Amino acid sequence: MNYLVTVTTALRVLKSNKSRTFLTMLGIVIGIASVIVIISVGAGAQSLIFNQISSVGSNLIGIMPGYSDENGPPASVLGVAVTTLKSDDGLALKKITGVVAVTSYVRGITTVQWQNQKIDATFVGTTTEYPQVEAADTLWGDFFNSTDDKGISRVAVLGFQVWQDLFGDQNPVGESIKIKGENFRVVGVVNKKGVQGFENKDTLIFIPLETTQKILLGISHVSLIRVKVVDDQKVPEVLEQCKQILRERHDITGSKPDDFSARAATQALDVLSQITNALRFFLAGIAAISLLVGGVGIMNIMLIAVNERTKEIGLRKSIGATKNNIQKQFLIEAVILTVIGGLLGVVVGLAFSGLVAIVANYLGYEWQWVVTIPSILLAVGFSGAVGIVFGWYPARQAANLEPIAALRHE
Amino acid sequence: MIKLEKLSKAYETDGVETPVLFGIDLKIDSGEFVAIMGPSGSGKSTLMQILGFLDRPSTGKYFFDGKDTASFSDDELAALRNARLGFIFQSFNLLPRTTVLENVKLPLQYSPTTKEKDKDSLAIEALKSVGLEHRINFLSNQLSGGEKQRVAIARALVLKPKVIFADEPTGNLDSKSGSQVMEILDQLNEQGHTIILVTHESNTARFAKRIISISDGRIVKDERVADRKQYTGELK
Repeated sequence: MNYLVTVTTALRVLKSNKSRTFLTMLGIVIGIASVIVIISVGAGAQSLIFNQISSVGSNLIGIMPGYSDENGPPASVLGVAVTTLKSDDGLALKKITGVVAVTSYVRGITTVQWQNQKIDATFVGTTTEYPQVEAADTLWGDFFNSTDDKGISRVAVLGFQVWQDLFGDQNPVGESIKIKGENFRVVGVVNKKGVQGFENKDTLIFIPLETTQKILLGISHVSLIRVKVVDDQKVPEVLEQCKQILRERHDITGSKPDDFSARAATQALDVLSQITNALRFFLAGIAAISLLVGGVGIMNIMLIAVNERTKEIGLRKSIGATKNNIQKQFLIEAVILTVIGGLLGVVVGLAFSGLVAIVANYLGYEWQWVVTIPSILLAVGFSGAVGIVFGWYPARQAANLEPIAALRHE
Repeated sequence: MIKLEKLSKAYETDGVETPVLFGIDLKIDSGEFVAIMGPSGSGKSTLMQILGFLDRPSTGKYFFDGKDTASFSDDELAALRNARLGFIFQSFNLLPRTTVLENVKLPLQYSPTTKEKDKDSLAIEALKSVGLEHRINFLSNQLSGGEKQRVAIARALVLKPKVIFADEPTGNLDSKSGSQVMEILDQLNEQGHTIILVTHESNTARFAKRIISISDGRIVKDERVADRKQYTGELK
């Protein structure tokens, strides 16, 4: 039997009952569209996260106080204050070969005032090597130097946004501002950096580490040490040495766990990609369930069609159609139904995920509209498979009709 | 060509057996024009369906072209129906919203020996022989009843079958188109096709050369037609 004839017959049948055909397809259209949207939007979100993390720098090692499991969050993330990490630890790490720069951080939120302007801002206590580690440069003035650092000087460097909010476009260098009620002298403004690692660097105020620890916070520990390595390749080696040095300095021996968590930025990327992938496939799996529901709808309608066309089946059998011919005819009808539905679903899905990308970009995120050919082929292939699976039973029913019973059917 | 030996048929519904045909012995030769007559419920349609391989007998034997058909598989029977038999039904059974040409080509779709390029010309030839070549591209539902039945005849003819079965072919037609259909069947018989007609109208049956009467599942009369109606060109 000629496939072309069968296909044109199937198309004619589907065309002759347009609204039913459309409604039957709708389940598949929605199913495939949601799978495409989830995969595409998921990939877009993933690329956004990756960009955020790698914008911080893939050659960075971060050290936080408190032990943590390789894949779990460090204790400090959970709000537990651990005080074992000191700024001297950071200085010690500087001696490792392959380390370019090391800086320590503490932070807090407070009110900042210049004349009558008041804003809430995050202040970061850090060292002179901050611009090197974070690749920051100044728009006005300079970053504070090591004399300021050691002398507990009351100097501050403003983030771009903080400067704009307090001073407008005016040069702030030399001006006196109040941070947590204490007077500070502005020595510089950091150039616009935007959002990196999910933090807007432009809303920060940078103050020498010791000044922050003693005057603003009254603590002696640090909450983060960042180590910049000469290149990506050296990162694992340096990471290992960092751990050894810190264990020695903290008198940790044998099998006792670390009291800090040292990780490379790339490691975080791996963990995140694992999480986002799992999430993506989980959601796509849920969307695939709607395809099964669509498939059941198709089976239902095909059964009705077999019943309605019993007479036609009888006629076809009386003029020589075999079981196989009839089965093929109905199966091809079901597959055409689902494949057309699948193609429509792909179009709808791509349009919708494109819209998401446009909106996200409009809102200022670096969002990519990710469309992969395999995912489209998979979607269409899967919808065809749905047609075969759910068309099989009705087609079998049609094929097994006795020609005479079918002819008598009214 | 067709030989039945002690053929019986009983239907079973919900465990209750309803006998329809009892020990039918029958011989039909090539080129005959046979009418099977009987009131409704007599078993005449069942007999025709068994003869046309649309149904299988319960007991007894059916020889077609000298071969016992009991051993034929469903697919072999389908191939036989396709190549050797043609069917005409009371309710025409054309595919709706489909052109006359496509309807006539339908049996060719299941014919493995027919070449794709010959299909159109075969169908047009069959339509010419029923005088409908001017309706080729009409949709089946745009035709009158008589025309529909003639399309159905063309469809039965298209593979030049040995036997044409006609089950109450005039049942849904007015008398004029009815006789037109019977005249065509008569011509086909003249051309050598064996015609087996099932009817309960004696008027229609008198076109045949032989009438087999069935009552309560048994052949009660089998006779030659003396005053046979024939196409004379004078019929309405």
